[in-house]
Amino acid sequence: MSGEGVSGCIPFKGVDMNQRAAMDEHRSVVPFWRNERVLKVLAQIVFVILVLAVGAWALTNYLERGLKFSYSFLDEEASFDLAEGIEFSPTDPYARAFLVGVLNTARVAAIGIVLATLVGLVTGIARLSKNWLVSKIAGVYIEIIRNIPLLVQLFLLYFAVIMKLPQIKEAFVLPGPVYISNRGIVLPWPRVAASFGLWWPFLVVALIGAVALLIIRGRSLKHTGRPSFNLLWVVTPLVAVPVLGWLLIPGNPLLLDLPEMVTKSGGVLKVEGGTALSSEFTALLLGLVVYTGAYIAEVVRAGILSVPRGQTEAARAQGFTNRQILSLIVLPQALRVIIPPLISQYLNLTKNSSLAIAIGFLDLYAVSQTMWNQSGRVVEVFFMIMASYLTMSLTISFVMNIVNRRMQIVER
Amino acid sequence: MKVKASTPLVRFFLTLDVDYNMPYDLITKLEGGIMMKGKLCVLFAGLLVLALILTACAPGKKEAAEEEAVEAVGRLQLVKERGMLIMGCNAELPGFGYINPAGDFEGFDIDFGKAIAAAVFGDATKIEYRPLTAAERLPALQTGEVDVLNRNTTWTLTRDSANELDWAAVTFYDGQGMMVRKDSGWKSLEDMAGATVSCTTGTTTEMNLADAFRSRGVEYTPLLFESTQDTNTAYEEGRADGETSDKSQLAALRSAMANPDEHVILDVTMSKEPLGPLTAHGDNQWNDVVRWVVWGIIQAEESGVSSKNVDEMLSSKDPTIQRLLGVSGEMGTSLGLSDDFMVNVLKAVGNYEEIYERWLGPEGINIPRGPNRLWNKGGLLYPMAFR
Repeated sequence: MSGEGVSGCIPFKGVDMNQRAAMDEHRSVVPFWRNERVLKVLAQIVFVILVLAVGAWALTNYLERGLKFSYSFLDEEASFDLAEGIEFSPTDPYARAFLVGVLNTARVAAIGIVLATLVGLVTGIARLSKNWLVSKIAGVYIEIIRNIPLLVQLFLLYFAVIMKLPQIKEAFVLPGPVYISNRGIVLPWPRVAASFGLWWPFLVVALIGAVALLIIRGRSLKHTGRPSFNLLWVVTPLVAVPVLGWLLIPGNPLLLDLPEMVTKSGGVLKVEGGTALSSEFTALLLGLVVYTGAYIAEVVRAGILSVPRGQTEAARAQGFTNRQILSLIVLPQALRVIIPPLISQYLNLTKNSSLAIAIGFLDLYAVSQTMWNQSGRVVEVFFMIMASYLTMSLTISFVMNIVNRRMQIVER
Repeated sequence: MKVKASTPLVRFFLTLDVDYNMPYDLITKLEGGIMMKGKLCVLFAGLLVLALILTACAPGKKEAAEEEAVEAVGRLQLVKERGMLIMGCNAELPGFGYINPAGDFEGFDIDFGKAIAAAVFGDATKIEYRPLTAAERLPALQTGEVDVLNRNTTWTLTRDSANELDWAAVTFYDGQGMMVRKDSGWKSLEDMAGATVSCTTGTTTEMNLADAFRSRGVEYTPLLFESTQDTNTAYEEGRADGETSDKSQLAALRSAMANPDEHVILDVTMSKEPLGPLTAHGDNQWNDVVRWVVWGIIQAEESGVSSKNVDEMLSSKDPTIQRLLGVSGEMGTSLGLSDDFMVNVLKAVGNYEEIYERWLGPEGINIPRGPNRLWNKGGLLYPMAFR
C-alpha cells in the first residue's frame, strides 16, 4: 500500500505545525479530489442522495402494492384480549391496546433501571473490595452474566425457574400474606381510602420541609466544613408530620389491600386483591436487572478506578473513614466517568425489554405484533413502535444528560 | 453504544474539524491514527470482498430451468420426467407429518403424498419430502420448489385468491378447540369462568378465543406466546388452566406430554379450519390428479375397498368399484394416469379409514373422527362422483 493511496481518501497527512501553516497557504493548489473541504461536501451529498434513494425506493414499493397509509384502524375495535397492565377489553380500540403495551414497557423499564442501578453499584464496589471472597463472587457474577445472551437467560429464568414454582393450588404463602406460585407473586398493597384527600397535604409539607432542611444543612456544610445539625433532624419531621396527620384526620387515609385466595364458580383458584406481579413480568424484570446490573457494575468499577489513588490516600491520611472516602471523595469524582456509559446501559435496558415477547409478557412490541397481525397495518404499526422507543430513549437521554451536566459543573 | 466523535474518520464524516488548539502531541497522535485508518480501509475492503465471495458460494437456486419447463408441459409431465414427486410437509407435528426415530417421514399428511406418488408412478416410494415451516410453505409452492404442499394448511379465501394457490380437496376438517385438565371437570367454555388460557399470538386463534369467551359472557385471562412450544409448556406447567389451538394440533401436543391421559380436549369448536393438499395456481391437470387421488381414497372407504381386499374387489360387480379400480371406463387415462391408479394407491396406503386409524385413531394421537366421517355417517367427507 502506498502513502498516496492513503492521503487520497484522508484529508491530511502527518505534518508538523510549520508545514501545516505552509500547507494552509497553498490550499488552493491542492487538486479538488484531495481538497478537504470539497471531499466533506461530497461526502454529505453522497450520503443525502443515498438516504433519499432508499426512502424513494421504499415509498415506490409501498405505493406499487396499492397499500394505503392510514391510521384509521386505531379507532377500530381491537377484538383481542390483553391481560397485563391497565384494564383492557376486546371492545376497546387498537389505540388503547397500544397504550397498554407502551405503559407495560415503561413500567418494566422504570423499575428495571432503578433496580439495575442498585445491583450494579453494589456489585461494582464489591468487585473492588479487598475481601477476596466478595470480590470473586462479584467477578464471577459479572463474567457469567455478561457472556450469556439475554434471551437465553430470560428463557432459563422463565421456563426453568419461575414455571417450576408450585402451581396455584399449592402456592407458597409467606406472612403478609404474600402468595407465590407459577402464576406470579401477589403482595399486599396500600389502597387509597376516602380520607386520603385530607392527608396528602401533610405528606407534601413533610417533603418540602425535609428538602429545605437538607439544603440548609448542605449550605452550612459547604461554608463551615461541618454540618450545623445532625441528619436525624431532617428525617424526623419527614416521618413525624405524616404520622401526626394520620392521627388527626378521621379514618385511615390508606388501607392495606390484602390478597386472598378465592375459588371461582368453575373451580378456578385465583388470588385477588393486593398487587400482582405476573410470572412474565417478574421473569423479564429479573432478567433485565441481573443482566444490565452486571454491565453497570463494570461501568461503576471503571469509574472508581479512574479516580487517582492519590485521592484515596490523601483522604485516608486526613483520617476519613472508608465510607466517607467512598461517598465524599471517590464516588463524586467517579460519577463523572460513570454517567455517560450509564446512559447507554439505561437505553439498552429499555430496548432489551422488547425480548419480552419470548416469554409472553405483553410489552410494546408483543402488543404491536398482535396489532399488525390482526389489522394488517404492518408499516403503520412499525412507525408507531419506532416512535415510541425513540421517545422513551430520548427522554432517558435528556434527563440523564441534565444529571451529567450538573456533575460536570460540580467538578470545577 | 456511542460512537466516539474524536475518532478522526468519524470527525471527518461529521465534518467536525480537528481542533488545532489541541495539544500538539495529540494532533500528531490523531494523524498517526489516520495513517492506521488508511490501512484499515484496505482491510475492510478485503473483508467486504471476502464476504461477497462467501455469499456467492452459498447454494443458489437451480430451479429456474425447471420452472420454465413447467410452463411448457405442466407439472404432471415434469413430475413424470423427474421420476420423483416432491412434497412440502411438516416435520414436527405428530400424527400429521413428523420424522420417526428411524429417520423416516410419517403421518396422515405424508400418506396422502405417498398416495399421489403411487398414483403417478405406481410406486409410493418415489417421493421426496421437503420439511417446511409455516412461513416457508406457501412461497415454496409458489416458486415451484415443491410439486404439492400437504402441511396442515387451512383453506382460506385470501390464500386461494391473493396468494395464487389452488386447494385440491379437504383431507381433514379441523377446528379450534380447547384443552383442559381432566380433573377440572369442565365440559364447555361456560364452565371456565376466571380461567387462564394460553394461546399463540399473531394467529386467528387469538381473536377466535376472545370472540368465543365474549359471546358467552365468560370472564377469562389470556396468556400469549410467540411459539406453539412455549404456549404448550406454560399450560403443561400449570401456568394456564387451558390451552387453545387447532384440535389436531392440541391432540398432537397432548400425545407428546408426560401424562396425556390427564388432559382432555373439550367438545367445542371455535372456528373452521379445513386442511388439505394444495398446488400452485393455474395448473388444472395437476390439481385434478391430486384432487381425485384424495376423493378416490374417500370413495374407497365409502365403497368398502381397502388395502386388504383390493385384489378381490377387482372382480366386484359394483359399477362404482369397477370404475374406481379401473376395471371399466378410462378414468385414469383422462387424468393423465394409468387406469388402475387407485389400485396402486390403495395397495400403498389404504382407504381413508385405514389412513385415519393408522395415525389419528386410538393407536395414533387419538382424535375422535367427528366431522371427518363419511357423509352418509353424519360427517363431511363427500367425494365427487367417480364416473
